[in-house]
Amino acid sequence: MSATMPPELRLTHLQQLESEAIGIMREVVAQCERPVMLYSIGKDSSVLLHLARKAFFPGPIPFPLLHVDTTWKFREMISFRNRMATEIGFELIVHTNADGVAQGINPFDHGSKNYTDIMKTQALRQALDAGRFDAAFGGARRDEEKSRSKERVFSFRDAHHRWDPKNQRPELWNLYNGRVNQGESIRVFPMSNWTELDVWQYIHLEEIPIVPLYFAAQRPVVERDGVLIMVDDNRFVFDEGEVPQLRTVRFRTLGCYPLSGAIESTATTLPEIIGEMLVATRSEREGRVIDFDQSGSMEQKKREGYF
Amino acid sequence: MPDQPGLVHSALEASGVDAYVESHQRKDLLRFLTCGSVDDGKSTLIGRLLHDSQLIYEDVLASLEADSATQGSAGSHVDLALLMDGLRAEREQGITIDVAYRYFSTERRTFIIADTPGHPQYTRNMATGASTCDLAIILIDARHGVLPQTKRHSYIASLLGIRQVVVAVNKMDLVRWSRERFGEICEDYRSFAKALDFGEPYFLPMSALLGDNVVNESDNLDWFDGPPLLEYLETVDIGSGVDLEHFRMPVQLVSRPDADFRGYAGTVTSGLIRPGEEIVALPSGLSSTVERIVTFDGELDAADPGRAVTLTLTDEIDISRGDLFVTPGGEPQRAHELDAMVVWMTEAEMEPGSTYLLQTTNAVSNCTVRSLRYRVDVDTGMHEQALGLGLNDIGRCVIGSDRELAFDPYSSSRATGSFVLVDRLSNATVAAGMIIGAASVWDHAPDAALVRQRSEISDAERAIRFGQQPCTILLTGLTAAGKSTLATALERELFDRGKVSIRLDGENVRMGISRDLGFSAHERSENLRRVSEVARLVNGQGLIAIAALVAPDGEVRQRARDLVGADRYVEVFVDTPIDVCRERDPHGLYAMADSGEIPRFPGVSAPYDRPADADLRVDTSAQGVDECVAAIVRVLTERGFLRGPSTP
Repeated sequence: MSATMPPELRLTHLQQLESEAIGIMREVVAQCERPVMLYSIGKDSSVLLHLARKAFFPGPIPFPLLHVDTTWKFREMISFRNRMATEIGFELIVHTNADGVAQGINPFDHGSKNYTDIMKTQALRQALDAGRFDAAFGGARRDEEKSRSKERVFSFRDAHHRWDPKNQRPELWNLYNGRVNQGESIRVFPMSNWTELDVWQYIHLEEIPIVPLYFAAQRPVVERDGVLIMVDDNRFVFDEGEVPQLRTVRFRTLGCYPLSGAIESTATTLPEIIGEMLVATRSEREGRVIDFDQSGSMEQKKREGYF
Repeated sequence: MPDQPGLVHSALEASGVDAYVESHQRKDLLRFLTCGSVDDGKSTLIGRLLHDSQLIYEDVLASLEADSATQGSAGSHVDLALLMDGLRAEREQGITIDVAYRYFSTERRTFIIADTPGHPQYTRNMATGASTCDLAIILIDARHGVLPQTKRHSYIASLLGIRQVVVAVNKMDLVRWSRERFGEICEDYRSFAKALDFGEPYFLPMSALLGDNVVNESDNLDWFDGPPLLEYLETVDIGSGVDLEHFRMPVQLVSRPDADFRGYAGTVTSGLIRPGEEIVALPSGLSSTVERIVTFDGELDAADPGRAVTLTLTDEIDISRGDLFVTPGGEPQRAHELDAMVVWMTEAEMEPGSTYLLQTTNAVSNCTVRSLRYRVDVDTGMHEQALGLGLNDIGRCVIGSDRELAFDPYSSSRATGSFVLVDRLSNATVAAGMIIGAASVWDHAPDAALVRQRSEISDAERAIRFGQQPCTILLTGLTAAGKSTLATALERELFDRGKVSIRLDGENVRMGISRDLGFSAHERSENLRRVSEVARLVNGQGLIAIAALVAPDGEVRQRARDLVGADRYVEVFVDTPIDVCRERDPHGLYAMADSGEIPRFPGVSAPYDRPADADLRVDTSAQGVDECVAAIVRVLTERGFLRGPSTP
């Protein structure tokens, strides 16, 4: 019954990952009533958006995209987001935790832990509850961080959006159980098996638009504890004696500008980024300030409902 | 060799990033899992693979060194296991409680590693990890050798369809790199793994802690010639085993963005399809022709295994999610009742009669567990009777679905041969299933509306009339072993003694009530079932049944025994050496089996399970017919079948 697959027919590694992700997205749409895609505007979200267009072609993307706006995103991210929504034509929901804004919660005065909890985790929960979404796509990958390496593709959340790592549903083959009761939901990670290199290669090969912040340019930054933070607007709170300097930098991950570390780089094209990536010796999430708050902090955040 | 930063850098300078990207994305993908007992060093091994491949980022290594000081158990060494044990609970307890996936690539291949738990209670997670893997690394601690856990993990890997195995005998440093110890363990492993459906394992001595034979060869193991682990993983043959002949595409979604377009979205699981080719939708059986293969990147000339596509057809036929597209010829099986191996994954016990949702690749139906045929003792491979299945139990069940399922045996297709069971209230996934085939008629319960018509004649009256107690004698053995000859001689002997018997010869039966049957294992099983049913009827009338069939499958013979009733069943193993059978071979069947003209011929190209517990063994090459018949009569006499009712 079996035959050896001729090499010309064998899907490449990236084609296999693409097919797997498309299959997962279609499965969610088939099984769930109200899916939504978390759109963080980062490169992984850009790939996820591209995969969604492929999955449902020639039809439109059959679910809205949700952006949790902390109000502290890079300005270039917001303009990119708006441009994509117009060009591609998806339904965009933008949610901000109004209570947090009213209380003036910001990453400078309240510490990254509290700030992230209120403006990201709480905000996300509010938005998911408001939309009564039973499934939410995210672009997370298992290679990003230790606790993610054990998360399912269909990751079950209880009615309080909590993840219980000791009680995950067995997930075998490509059989995904998306069934939930009222109030419960699943987070779905179609790119679970991608690596950072895969993402960059795919962006390159598929010519996927990404926020220009990923490319090196002269930007005003200050250096704090060895991390380069960009001064993106006049809300930046300087420590005593701090003066922004123009350095040629780019970002490997994007989030809230005061919490996103830049790296010094001269890579202005995708091949240059991939070239730098291949010789990189530091992992991607290192630029994220929030992961270093406490030991096991990502797992803790996920238990509480962070994506 | 791994993508060491230095090497990559020079490759980049020489050929440019585009060329590198091109070559990298053309690499093969190998998915493998690591399993073994607690403390065999699974996590350490993977940490070592990544570390020696220089794939651990500097900052990760730095935090690892810090963690090793407080939580590590590797003494003065960096505890590489901490890299893999991602969840806080495991880092604190020092155990791996869930499947962790890791990704790395070398110049030759891309790898996905599933690191799976060692504790017995996490068997379900190991099954999860194994379900998507092509190869298993089974770790054995050289000091402890083959343990029950080793057997358990090997069995599960085999059950989940893994055929390629590396047996990594780890911690060789702690047995002074002993070649003898390594040899002993290999022998132990071989002897129990014979029963498993593996290819020839690759036995590899190593020390993951010290790095011997992981990425680099070992000076301490200079008596060992084989490649180290990484080199083996880079070169082992994969990619065979993809079925290009039997087209299968489960329909995931019907795409109807507007009135002009109607397409069927899904991923091809096997075979190829091209525009213009005929396609059949199961279970309806409606057929049409593929018009276009639509993708975001343009229309395709062919859709091949693994590709996610959308098909349009030339006819508007009624197709929905849950249907399976196939091409005519070599179609999958269809049935409501499945015979399947099941891994139980939840605390709540499964008992026959329990109902669940049955989820296949693209469809969900209601199902009932009809019966539990046996539970497997995974430490010994033995089958045992059980009333139900608990967490981490594995058993063989008959499951009835309320809709007809189209499927392939799991051994030919994981995608169309697997399912999970889901609890209807909690929605938890409670079991994983691997389909063996359609449950045979053996398992069908008769229609509940039927009423058995009783006779007015009692068994005692019959026993007085015939001077005998009814029984069924099954003569089993290879073709040309002498079964039919013995059956006719036995019939004559019983007749002459005034007994009443009916002879059911396999060949005669095939001319009549089994005229519709061929010689596949399934059809041989059905033939024996019909003979057994007739024998049961005949026994019910007080007569003796003499059945002569090859009956090669021990499990099927057990079913015959159960059907007739063990107290009335007499199994005679006609154990004539195969060379003698070949010499006799009146119809030249062995020659046809040798040339492949007759496929699946027991003793030649299909197994004949030698009966282990036959009531009698005879050998017609060493014993004459009369001698054999006398021996059978002796057994019948001893068991009291050849006399009337015992007087009080």
